[in-house]
Amino acid sequence: MNSALSNIWCITKRELSGYFSSPVAYVFIVIFLLFANFFSFMLGGLFERGQANLESFFTWHPWLFMVLVPAVGMRLWAEERRLGTLELLLTMPITPWQAIVGKFLASWIFLGLALLLTFPIVFTVNFLGSPDNGVIIAGYIGSFLMAGAFLAVSCATSALTRSQVVSFIISVVICFGLVLAGFEPAVEFMRSVALLGDNMVDVITSFSVMTRFMNFQKGVLVFGDLVFFFSVIGFALFTTAVILRGLRSN
Amino acid sequence: MINVQNLTKNFGPKCAVNGVSFEVKKGEVLGFLGPNGAGKSTTMRMITGYFPPTSGRITVGGHDIGDEPIQAKRLIGYLPENAPAYTDMTVRGFLQFAAELRGLRGEAKTRAVSRAIEMCFLENVVHQSVDTLSKGYRHRTSLAQSIIHDPEVLILDEPTDGLDPNQKHEVRGLIKRMGETKAIIFSTHILEEVEAACTRAIIIDRGKVVANGTPAELLQRSDNAGAVSLRVQGVAKNAITDKLSTIGISSKTIVVKEKDSNVWVRVMPKGRLRNGELAAEVAAVVLAEKWHIDELHTEHGRLDEVFRSITSSDTMKEAA
Repeated sequence: MNSALSNIWCITKRELSGYFSSPVAYVFIVIFLLFANFFSFMLGGLFERGQANLESFFTWHPWLFMVLVPAVGMRLWAEERRLGTLELLLTMPITPWQAIVGKFLASWIFLGLALLLTFPIVFTVNFLGSPDNGVIIAGYIGSFLMAGAFLAVSCATSALTRSQVVSFIISVVICFGLVLAGFEPAVEFMRSVALLGDNMVDVITSFSVMTRFMNFQKGVLVFGDLVFFFSVIGFALFTTAVILRGLRSN
Repeated sequence: MINVQNLTKNFGPKCAVNGVSFEVKKGEVLGFLGPNGAGKSTTMRMITGYFPPTSGRITVGGHDIGDEPIQAKRLIGYLPENAPAYTDMTVRGFLQFAAELRGLRGEAKTRAVSRAIEMCFLENVVHQSVDTLSKGYRHRTSLAQSIIHDPEVLILDEPTDGLDPNQKHEVRGLIKRMGETKAIIFSTHILEEVEAACTRAIIIDRGKVVANGTPAELLQRSDNAGAVSLRVQGVAKNAITDKLSTIGISSKTIVVKEKDSNVWVRVMPKGRLRNGELAAEVAAVVLAEKWHIDELHTEHGRLDEVFRSITSSDTMKEAA
């Protein structure tokens, strides 16, 4: 129904303006851009590689997002709980789902905005050479989806606690796990452990955002990968709903 | 408007609310009294749909809060305990947000926000951020949020907590005025508030309703209700008690206090008397004896005495 969308938008709007009325948004964007560019130019050697692509830019995103996205998501519900506004929000004539989706969307839009602000690097490679811009767009889509998955996880951990710090740490650990499960050295290690059969290792790696993100980076949009990211988001938001329900009924 | 039947809420093994039933009609202001931890807030949270009840049934305006939460919540304005508000918003921004969630748009929204600002005396702080507000203003901001959609039902959890005496007076007046057209429940620790603003009061203790009546009815339960107190000058206390005990409708006379040549005496009635019958009798004795009296009045009873006598004191121990 129309009112559901308008409720969601109402919450999204408030949440977004909340980001920009405090220094959080600006600090985050500056730090994100600083790190993203530092990694791709200094560590990734964008120039030295002499290739007209953004591989050295996107490679770092899982590691960067692993830490920065929980910093954006940690306040989502923890702050509501600390202020007591959770009670206000959930006694309004809206469903908990509308509140959850509204708040999630706001943070996701915010992360998308931060990601868009990395546009100079796209101009840079286009100026220096002729990269495949389709691959770059695929990379951005993958990056945005990964940010969404991490954000949804932070959303759930944020609902768990009143403390933003605790929420941040738990969320980083989970996101780290999601990254590590498909990180080559970690996979090698898992295979070397005799206890884990090859099948088991495959199951674990299939949960990783790393392998999925790699496909996007290569410019391959696989339907399964889209499903994967959206299921992680869906599952984490569902967990948030369960946690919030638990808070109220217990 | 509000119908609560057999409401029970357990938190694990602890029973916070136990079989509470009551009804609030349009035009009624129900005062919710009780010691800390008696289950007042929990009951209110269940009525507003924040906590699902363990068992029991709540309907607001005919809508069951469990089955039709959205319809029921539309009718309710709610001020939670400690008056929460988004600290990163301005007062106007916060009220606009609340109005939008209530489905108000455009002109209707603007009007609702200005009305709430006016009713809660927030004109001076509309552009201020909520976290820079004093406690009184922050409280009234949250109160303004609850009345923004002119709801038929108002649930206010300690609406006067943290306000100064003038603000308390204003808010009580506001509740009383709104109570003429709405169904209101408000909880408080301040017993005078019940007499000042309520048409009915419920005392809840350890999750159970222990008293339910008009403030006057509750006052009647006070030990001293209907007693006549007087202060006599220059007469020996024995002489006073002797004379007063001859009155047929008094059960006993107590000397409350004696200082210099003043004696404070209280004559207790037999059974429950009203309409100043006893006072007239006492006055007759006073006139006949030509005592010099400085004061004589009928006690109306005191709510705090009633409160203390019917709420058990071991809630303190449980909390500790």
